[in-house]
Amino acid sequence: MAIKNQEIQDLVGRQYQHGFVTDIESDTIPPGLDEDVVRLISRKKKEPRFMLDWRLKSFRHWQTMREPDWAKLNITPIDYEAISYFSAPKQNNDGPKSLEEVDPKLLETYEKLGIPLHERAALAGVAVDAVFDSVSVTTTFREKLAESGVIFCPFSDAVREHPELIEQYLGTVVPYRDNFFATLNSAVFSDGSFVYIPKGVRCPMELSTYFRINEANTGQFERTLIIADEGSHVSYLEGCTAPMRDENQLHAAVVELIVLKDAQIKYSTVQNWYPGDEEGRGGIYNFVTKRADCRGANSKVSWTQVEAGSAITWKYPSCILRGENSVGEFYSVAVTNNRQQADTGTKMIHIGRNTRSTIVSKGISAGRAQQSYRGLVKVFPTAEGARNHTQCDSLLMGKECSAHTFPYMEIRNPTAIVEHEATTSKISEDQLFYCRQRGLSEEDAVNMIVNGFCKEVFRELPMEFAVEAQALLNVSLEGAVG
Amino acid sequence: MMLHIDNLYVSVGGTEILKGLSLEVNAGEVHAIMGPNGSGKSTLAHVLAGRDGYDVTRGNVVYNGRDLLDMDPETRAWHGLFLGFQYPVEIPGVNNTYLLKAALNARRKFNGETEIDAVQFLRIVKEKAKMMQIDQSFLNRGVNEGFSGGERKRNEVFQMAVLEPTLAILDETDSGLDIDALKIVADGINALRSPDRAFVLITHYQRLLDYIEPDHVHVLADGRIIKSGNKTLASQLESRGYDWVLAEAASA
Repeated sequence: MAIKNQEIQDLVGRQYQHGFVTDIESDTIPPGLDEDVVRLISRKKKEPRFMLDWRLKSFRHWQTMREPDWAKLNITPIDYEAISYFSAPKQNNDGPKSLEEVDPKLLETYEKLGIPLHERAALAGVAVDAVFDSVSVTTTFREKLAESGVIFCPFSDAVREHPELIEQYLGTVVPYRDNFFATLNSAVFSDGSFVYIPKGVRCPMELSTYFRINEANTGQFERTLIIADEGSHVSYLEGCTAPMRDENQLHAAVVELIVLKDAQIKYSTVQNWYPGDEEGRGGIYNFVTKRADCRGANSKVSWTQVEAGSAITWKYPSCILRGENSVGEFYSVAVTNNRQQADTGTKMIHIGRNTRSTIVSKGISAGRAQQSYRGLVKVFPTAEGARNHTQCDSLLMGKECSAHTFPYMEIRNPTAIVEHEATTSKISEDQLFYCRQRGLSEEDAVNMIVNGFCKEVFRELPMEFAVEAQALLNVSLEGAVG
Repeated sequence: MMLHIDNLYVSVGGTEILKGLSLEVNAGEVHAIMGPNGSGKSTLAHVLAGRDGYDVTRGNVVYNGRDLLDMDPETRAWHGLFLGFQYPVEIPGVNNTYLLKAALNARRKFNGETEIDAVQFLRIVKEKAKMMQIDQSFLNRGVNEGFSGGERKRNEVFQMAVLEPTLAILDETDSGLDIDALKIVADGINALRSPDRAFVLITHYQRLLDYIEPDHVHVLADGRIIKSGNKTLASQLESRGYDWVLAEAASA
């Protein structure tokens, strides 16, 4: 699949292009975090009692925890008292009932980001949940999806409308005690998407959530829960952007995927949070816990991520392969330029018999960026016949960046077959000159070589997003050579 | 005159390689540049194509009325200069045909033309691939990815056929080819000969010239052209080696 040359041409010469701020009146609570804030968030969302209890339990546990420091990241200390934990665009009533009631400024914002929310203008075959700061603005095609029994709605709506599903599944993949950031999220999460695909249903559309941080000094703590019931199938994509600001902003999300017998979830991410400027001022701290639980036999999860934005990325989408013959896949492209830092990878936990996993990680570092791949392949004694193949490739551009690989393996079954391959390379002068001699500009030549390097991952993305991902990569690496 | 190289001096890492090289090439001509190893043949090819790391200390090169040395590599390509590499590099994951299309369109854009449409492009590619006896599957592989030496050379000539350059410089395109592949490559080059196109064939052996008849043959030694002649010079070199030319030049 190839992006048109014209599109690359158009993109060259642009900087971070989603850095604008929407001037909208918002309802933002004062900075600081205590039990009252947790109660306030729960009240604002009109949550049932069980939800508040869970939040409080999480908050109390969080207070006993310390930030993790094992990642190869240099993090300016975060003042959790300086963050506002809830911000929503102001509304007169209980929230918009339909798109006509949504503030036009919000619609305009998403229009500008290339995500039209009017269903007739929307991307064919893609339903979108648009999350703005702490709330979901609208979700398209809800009715159409409901016809086939698919539930796709803001997390807050799900808590009120489908409390039984939330109570049954929330926190069963990422427990509230899991880790510092996940526990914080459990206490204060604001919104996100909820998806339920009933038994035997192949979701008729691509589902997509578009996260936007707008307010200054706020954190975004979204929570996504996707349940694929037996024999069902869904492809889901998330995208994210934020304005350019000098301060760092915290984004601590949790994603839980539950995959039952014979079901499949394909989860794709194109992450383009504001990365900070060339000197490393500002940018989003992206601390995310993503985990899939392949509970049933023959279930399958595929994580595909293109991580281009954020000042710091700390993220390890993982698969618990419990069901017999279940399959986990992780395809990742991480790009760091200037002062960006990323410590990312995956965990494949093989518990069931004949479980299989594939890891393909492509890291590209430029400028003075630091990047690490950190991965764990764990094979339990029960995982007879487990197989894993891991491939980690790093591409360095320039002399001041670095790439590291930390592959951990814990194999406790002698029948397991685990393979690991790793390469580190530079874009060679020979390759650049070859392309330029054929008539490509230096910038286009770099883009082409980098896209070739990432091809194995890009081909896992849904078509529309593969084009977007390539374009994003090109913008992110702008000026990295020369 | 298409190409005029005048008294060119070039150093690489402080070592002088070309020492006053002059050459004139007109449209429609095929020039063969021969010479012993280390005489500066590949340096000439790279300097003409604009590769970094070659310091031109004296002399100049005029190409179709323009200062060639003043242009970056891609601009030279847009003006129709093509280099067939001696060692074509692998670019993993970049589709062979895709690179060609991007290259073709970059040049069309430079010339103020619209992008080539997919159908037309595919027609050209298929036609040229057939000429070079290149398999369809070969086109969709990564650029030179896993290609044998001979396949790489054929791919270079195939690319040249699609890009239809004004001036083609082929750097030892014949080396490493068996006799069948050599014939295919020679046929490909002959098919492209035309009154408004010129070729500079850099070669170590005379055998390519059994299939491509050159208008001029030059001997490059120690950074200069020390003898020029017609195709009979090539046969003389084949039978007598280079020593007599070198001796002749030394006594001149």
